[in-house]
Amino acid sequence: MELLQYGFMQRALAAGVLLAVAAPSVGVFLVLRRLSPIADTLAHVALAGVGAGVLLGVSPALGALVFTVVGAVGVERLRASGQLFGEAALALFLSGGLAVALVLLSLARGVNADLLGYLFGTATAVQPQDLVWMAVLALVVVGSVAWFYKDLFALTFDEEAARVQGIPTDALNLLLTVLVAVTVVVGMRVVGVLLTSALLVVPALAAMRVARSFRATLGLAVAFAVASVLAGLAASFYLDVAPSGAVVLTSLGLFTAASWASRWRR
Amino acid sequence: MPAAESDVVAELEHVCVDYDGDRVLDQVNLRVRRGDFLGVIGPNGAGKTTLLRVLLGLVRPSCGHVRLFGQDLRHFRDWHRVGYVPQKAVAFETRFPATVMEVVLSGRAGRAGVGRRLGPADRTAAESALRTAGLWEVRDRMVGRLSVGQQQRVFVARALVHEPDLLLLDEPTVGVDPEGEDRFYALLRHLHRERGTTVVLVSHDVAAVAQEVSQLACLNRTLVFHGPPEEALRAGALERLYGTRNVVVAHRH
Repeated sequence: MELLQYGFMQRALAAGVLLAVAAPSVGVFLVLRRLSPIADTLAHVALAGVGAGVLLGVSPALGALVFTVVGAVGVERLRASGQLFGEAALALFLSGGLAVALVLLSLARGVNADLLGYLFGTATAVQPQDLVWMAVLALVVVGSVAWFYKDLFALTFDEEAARVQGIPTDALNLLLTVLVAVTVVVGMRVVGVLLTSALLVVPALAAMRVARSFRATLGLAVAFAVASVLAGLAASFYLDVAPSGAVVLTSLGLFTAASWASRWRR
Repeated sequence: MPAAESDVVAELEHVCVDYDGDRVLDQVNLRVRRGDFLGVIGPNGAGKTTLLRVLLGLVRPSCGHVRLFGQDLRHFRDWHRVGYVPQKAVAFETRFPATVMEVVLSGRAGRAGVGRRLGPADRTAAESALRTAGLWEVRDRMVGRLSVGQQQRVFVARALVHEPDLLLLDEPTVGVDPEGEDRFYALLRHLHRERGTTVVLVSHDVAAVAQEVSQLACLNRTLVFHGPPEEALRAGALERLYGTRNVVVAHRH
């Protein structure tokens, strides 16, 4: 395998697999809660964090993490209070995040290429020290989902019945949104702000087409995401096309295949 | 009478509920005793579902007191003693990718405690609930692929799995075919008679409810009548409730 001889490709693949394990783990719950637009919104909020990080001279990833987690709390508060229409509240945060990012980056005289890198991902520029924090964040996401699996399932299947059982639904809703925020920061580095939500949503949708239980849906979604990342990055290496585009196109291809498979089996 | 007091499973005292200045429940007093099979009937908008949601702590009354098992609802924590079957057959997301077993097991989540894993005892309880509800054969099927009647029994099994003393059901047979309805009521009879579960059933289906229950509560924002169903007929409660003389209550037993 020629592509494995290059350190930058090894790191891109490792970063991609970390994202591919974390994103669908939280994405399946997000899709079934009908909250998938939150991923896209928080990705744009992450960009504002990048701007703040660049301006303050700290790590952009740290800035993104702080902004998305705070944004997640804000989004969840607004959603739970029901003061605004759910999707309108998201639009506030999405456009707000992008606007703040542009202003902060222009103040910092951020290089345009930098902005493009965050918008579309820089998987092949991942550094060894990046892999460390990405692994920690991915572990937080997967570990939390494993730890609270039965509670998140009960919440997602029937929030009201979960609350009647005495399950702390408000806290779990917040947890889920914060986990999306954490995932988005990993995704921003690999596939970029604009395509991160695809890895949360598309493998989950593909898995739902063919899986015959909830557990299988989670497992298959992760498998589809890992396959998309590996095949997509390999394609980008050999065909010299944009990695994030190749990864997301592969996942969409898998979704189409899964849809055909489910129709054929019926 | 302290002995009689401890027999009261659920109690509403002068309960009012307001939605946007509209009084949905007005000064409702209701006692559910251990072993009761109480049917709550009334026309649309009479506050039946609201009454149930008050008992579940999902709606906060604007006045009055609510007690479950003798404890004020605000301090009540033994939620595993209460089983809830929502009006879900129609609104239920049939594409949700979960098996019958997975859904029934989710009824143990609250009892196990947040962050704790489900163990063999939970699995045994789920198996028993599945058998009681007649769902053992379809336990590995996807919930969305079942008939509406079967789906509704899945929700009953999910409530049974934490072994409740009080079962609250909201319009459980909406959208269920007649055969499924018979099976559903047979299941409720079994729970009430064999297990001594106290049942509160909210329904707009007067005829079906009146022949199943031991107690009838007729609700139209206020409590119009509370007593055995035969008495409701004699007292003319149904006519007062629906404003019509031709309410037919058939008796099959």
